[in-house]
Amino acid sequence: MKRFIASAVIGAALTAASVSAALAGTLDDVKAKGFVQCGVNPSLIGFGIADEKGEWSGIDVDFCRAVASAIFGDATKVKFSPLNAKERFTALQSKEVDLLSRNTTWTMSRDSSLGLMFAGVMYYDGQGFMVRKDLGISSALELSGATVCTQTGTTTELNLADYFRSHNMEYKVLAFEKNEEVLKAYEDKRCEAYTTDASGLYAERLKLTSPDDHMILPEIISKEPLGPAVRQGDDPWFTVVKWTLFALINAEELGLTKQNIDEKKTADSPEIKRFVGVEGDFGTGIGLTNDWAYKIVKNVGNYGEIFDANIGPSTKLGIARGLNNLWSKGGIQYAPPIR
Amino acid sequence: MKSGRSGAVSAGRHPLAIFNNPTFRGVFFQLVFVAGLGWIVWDLIQNTAHNLQRANIAAGYGFLERTAGFGIIQTMVSYSEASSYGRAVLVGLLNTLLVAGLGVVLATILGLIVGIARLSSNWLVAQIATAYVEIIRNIPLLLQLFFWYFAVLRSVPGMREKWTLFGVFHLNIGGLHAPRPVFGDGAIWILLAFPIALGIAVFVSHRGKQRFERTGRRPPLGWIYAGLFVLLPIAAFFLAGRPIALDMPQFSETGPLLKRGFKAGSGITVIPEFFGLLLALSIYTAAYIAEVVRGGIEAVNHGQTEAAYSIGLKRGQTLRLVVIPQALRVIIPPLSNQYLNLTKNSSLAVAVAYPDLVSVGGTVLNQTGQAVEMVSIWMLFYLGMSILTSLVMNYWNKRVALVER
Repeated sequence: MKRFIASAVIGAALTAASVSAALAGTLDDVKAKGFVQCGVNPSLIGFGIADEKGEWSGIDVDFCRAVASAIFGDATKVKFSPLNAKERFTALQSKEVDLLSRNTTWTMSRDSSLGLMFAGVMYYDGQGFMVRKDLGISSALELSGATVCTQTGTTTELNLADYFRSHNMEYKVLAFEKNEEVLKAYEDKRCEAYTTDASGLYAERLKLTSPDDHMILPEIISKEPLGPAVRQGDDPWFTVVKWTLFALINAEELGLTKQNIDEKKTADSPEIKRFVGVEGDFGTGIGLTNDWAYKIVKNVGNYGEIFDANIGPSTKLGIARGLNNLWSKGGIQYAPPIR
Repeated sequence: MKSGRSGAVSAGRHPLAIFNNPTFRGVFFQLVFVAGLGWIVWDLIQNTAHNLQRANIAAGYGFLERTAGFGIIQTMVSYSEASSYGRAVLVGLLNTLLVAGLGVVLATILGLIVGIARLSSNWLVAQIATAYVEIIRNIPLLLQLFFWYFAVLRSVPGMREKWTLFGVFHLNIGGLHAPRPVFGDGAIWILLAFPIALGIAVFVSHRGKQRFERTGRRPPLGWIYAGLFVLLPIAAFFLAGRPIALDMPQFSETGPLLKRGFKAGSGITVIPEFFGLLLALSIYTAAYIAEVVRGGIEAVNHGQTEAAYSIGLKRGQTLRLVVIPQALRVIIPPLSNQYLNLTKNSSLAVAVAYPDLVSVGGTVLNQTGQAVEMVSIWMLFYLGMSILTSLVMNYWNKRVALVER
């Protein structure tokens, strides 16, 4: 709107100038304004949620901090925009946020027609179902005829339809706008099952009055690779976001943690030397300083640390590493090397 | 006037003098304004198209033909996951029309009752009506929607139980379950009975008016209408060989827990999301309509009422024949606003999972990413609905407007 009024008033003569200004890269914009505007989930424990003091936490939130660390060397140079499922893509497309780090599934249509680019996979997830234990079922295949609650405007609605259709089961779907309302309707027994990504189910279950009365069924009905996304057509920015994710994973593989990175910095390992920026010129190659990866680990930690602190077995969510473990430890998290 | 004359006089002398002519000036600036507006709109469209293209976002309405792939809980036309996005949007659109249409009717009835009750000479009735208006219109609609949906509707039994009304209607958290009519051959005759009844009603009304003017006696038209519209279809039903069967909702109390309760597809189910939205919309809007009605009635000079009493009209007759027709002139314009508000407010449906146009459209938007196209469909629909409502209400307004003789 602002742009439109401005262009209408200033006139055609200046249009060319404003277009070239808009074409300046996101990385330059971010550096100029001094912070990263990051779109996150408003209320998902372990992924993106703010406490009473407005302090954000979650793995998606920490990823935003890692990006800020890479650029500014300061994890606090982030501003968070809580976005619900319906708002998130428009917010990114219209440049309200620089980066979307909000348990968003990487799909082909989002890559092709939404003008998005996914920087990688932060969390390998899959869609599941939560039901009351007293319903007496042990498999999603017994859900025929059930009313299922979910959030509107996600891939969940599509997977749900696919799953029930391919198994010739009847179902009814109730799609609410917000997580809170889905959970309330489920708790009031308006629907028999609650479906969303399994990680989300574990998080939402904690908010129920008696979490132990509910169980998550074993079937995972879809692949939900969740990861950060940026706008298409801005390669320098895409590269920074992508390599921030790779740096987190590589750091875990190299055994670099928040605590030990300072002492390991002086180690002889050429891999670590390249990582912390003592050897090579990798940082300047992507428009940052050479110690960009060092600053990520120093400020935020490595991938495993972020996982454990927010959703790992020692947290309330208690999610096992599973697929999200490193490739060398039985999982599928794998990052291209820094060299 | 003075400047106009001097402008016309000086027009021949100076090339710019024509600007002193107010008629020319009026037309000129309106043209400039329209041209400016056109240019802004054109720039807006160009700019949007340019930006979409640069961001690699597909444009156009072609996505409406693609397969939607998601389910919708309430559909008035046939719809399945294999239907197109366009069909899904249509389903949402009809759901909006249903809730808005019924909401307007309910809000009008309730608003009329409360509005008249506020003027009642009975202290208690007037106070209750006042409390209703003050409480309802001072609480945000969204809160009331949550109240009706989450608090009140949740006091009904769960999915595996039911309350039965009159032996055929059943209520539980899954909604209101009722028998569904199944139309067989010959059912068309029952449908045809209605226009026939309408034709006869128009004729009777015409003759009744003539008789009233001749004799001063009112024929019991209400009873005749009721008889026509009830008896004719019933007669057609039997003459056509009872072509309507009822599909009763089936309820099972045994078997695995998930199989208990009402069988899907049996009977007709009105979902609580619909009731919640309808209740909230009608009760909220009724409070405003009540004030409009009260204002309208109070605008009618009390002398009119006294005059009506003095010629022997009863209270009800006075209200119906003297006060309300005059009050309507004051009531209709603000009433139209309330109808428009109700229609637009129905877009809050998404908060309680009622699949209206905004809710379904939001899903479509999110899955296709066609924000500009989807928002344009929303805008066109609500604009069209509002214009249509305005036209109908303006027509009605003209009909009741004071005719100066």
